[in-house]
Amino acid sequence: MKSAPFTHHAPDSVGAAVELLGEHAGRARVLAGGQSLVPLMHRRIERPEHLVDINRVAGLDRIEAGAEGLSLGAVARQRAVETSPEVARGWPLLCEAIAEVAHPAIRNRGTVLGSVCQADPSAELPAAALALGGRVVAAGPGGRRRIELGEFFTGVTRTALAPDEVAVELVLPPPPPRTGSAWLELSRRSGDLPVAGVAAVVGLEPGGRCDHVRVACANAGPVPFDAAEQVRPLLGAALDRESAAAVGEAVAAACDPVSDYQGTAAERRRVLAALTRRALLVAASRAGGAL
Amino acid sequence: MSGGRTEIELTVNGECRRCQVEDRTTLADFLREELGLTGTHVGCEDGFCGACTVNLDGATARSCLLYAAQADGCAVETVESLAGPDGELHPLQEAFRRCHGLQCGFCTPGMLMAAQEFVESWPPGSPPSDGEIRTALAGNLCRCTGYQGIVAALQSYFESRDQPRRRDER
Repeated sequence: MKSAPFTHHAPDSVGAAVELLGEHAGRARVLAGGQSLVPLMHRRIERPEHLVDINRVAGLDRIEAGAEGLSLGAVARQRAVETSPEVARGWPLLCEAIAEVAHPAIRNRGTVLGSVCQADPSAELPAAALALGGRVVAAGPGGRRRIELGEFFTGVTRTALAPDEVAVELVLPPPPPRTGSAWLELSRRSGDLPVAGVAAVVGLEPGGRCDHVRVACANAGPVPFDAAEQVRPLLGAALDRESAAAVGEAVAAACDPVSDYQGTAAERRRVLAALTRRALLVAASRAGGAL
Repeated sequence: MSGGRTEIELTVNGECRRCQVEDRTTLADFLREELGLTGTHVGCEDGFCGACTVNLDGATARSCLLYAAQADGCAVETVESLAGPDGELHPLQEAFRRCHGLQCGFCTPGMLMAAQEFVESWPPGSPPSDGEIRTALAGNLCRCTGYQGIVAALQSYFESRDQPRRRDER
C-alpha cells in the first residue's frame, strides 16, 4: 500500500524541528531512519499529516565515546554503530544486539535512537539500551531534558516524549570495570523480530562476586522488561548455574508476555527463563575474561 | 487532506535528475514511474522482501522505505548501473547467468544490489563461506526459492575475482 498524503519537512536545525512539531502537534511524526515508521505509514496504521525529517540536521549522526559514556545522535545509523571500533570496545552488547536487527540494508538506514523511540516491546535495541542504563535527551520548546530509559517506555510503542519534543541523543554511561555483557535471542528466521530476547550486563569484583548486574528483556510485556528486582539476589553473591537459573525462573514468573503468532505467553516465559540464565552466564564469563 | 510536493534534484546512475514529486512518493515508485527505471522491483512495500534494494550514497537501502523527497541531493544507483553502456554484464551478473542464479528474475535486482555491497566489502584472499553468503543475502527473498543458484553465483564470482591473485601467489 501507499502512505496517506502528508507534507515532508526537512528542517536544518533541532530548533526548527521543535518549532514544526509544536506547530503541528499531534499531527506530525519525526522521521529518522524510517525503517519502522514508513512500513506503518504504508499500511496506514500511522497517518501523520506532517513528517519532520531530521536527517538534514547537521551533527545528529555523531557517535562519540568519552568520559561521559557513549553519545549517539538521533540519526546515528545502526550499521555505523555496529561497526564502530569504539562502540565494540566499550559497549559490545549494543553491537551484538544490532547485529540481530533485520538485515544490512535496513541497518544502513535505521537508527539506534529511532528504534528506542519506536518502543516496540519486541525489538532488540530498547531492551539492550535499557540494560546499559541509557537515557534519552529530548529537545522541546522549553529546552532540553534527560529521560532515564526506566521512565521512557510507557506502553506498547508509547514513550514519555511529548508531541512537541524530539529525541536528539541517546547516552549510554561507561560500563563499570570488569563488566561482561551478552545479548541472546530466539527468532524463527534470521533478521525477524525475536520471539524473546535478553540483554545481560554483569560486573564482577576482583574476588569474583557480582557487584553490578542488569537484565532487560524484549517481548516480555508491553514495555522492555527491567529485571532489577529479580537480579538483586545476585549482588554480592557468586554467579553460577544455579543462581542464574533462579533469576531466569523469577523473570519468567514476573514478566507479562503476549501470546501471538510467534508463540504463546507460556512458551515465551520458558524461552525467557532459559535465555536469562544463559545470558547471565555468558556475561559473567566475559566479565571474568576481562580480569 | 492533500499532501505536499517537493522539488528534488538527485543523481541517478551518474545522471543528474530534477523533478517535482508528491511527498508520499517512495523512491522506488519515483525511479520506476517518473524515471522509467523499472529494473528496481517492488515486492512487499514493507521492507521485508528486498526486491527494491538500491544503493544510496554508497550504502544499500530499501527504496520502498524511503520517500523520494528524502533522496534530494543524494546519489542513487540502481540495478541499471551494473552493466556497461554497451550492455556488457557486470561480473556479478555474469556469475548469476553462469550459475542459474535466477528463475523468474523478480528478486534479482535486489539480490544483485545487496550482493554488490557484500562483495565490495569482502577483502580479497579467502572467499566467504556458504553460511556467510547466506547471511549477507538473508534480507532478500526469492519467491522461486532458488537460493542454491544464487549462493553458487556468489561463490563463482569470488572464485573468478580472487583467482588471478591466487595464481600470482603460486
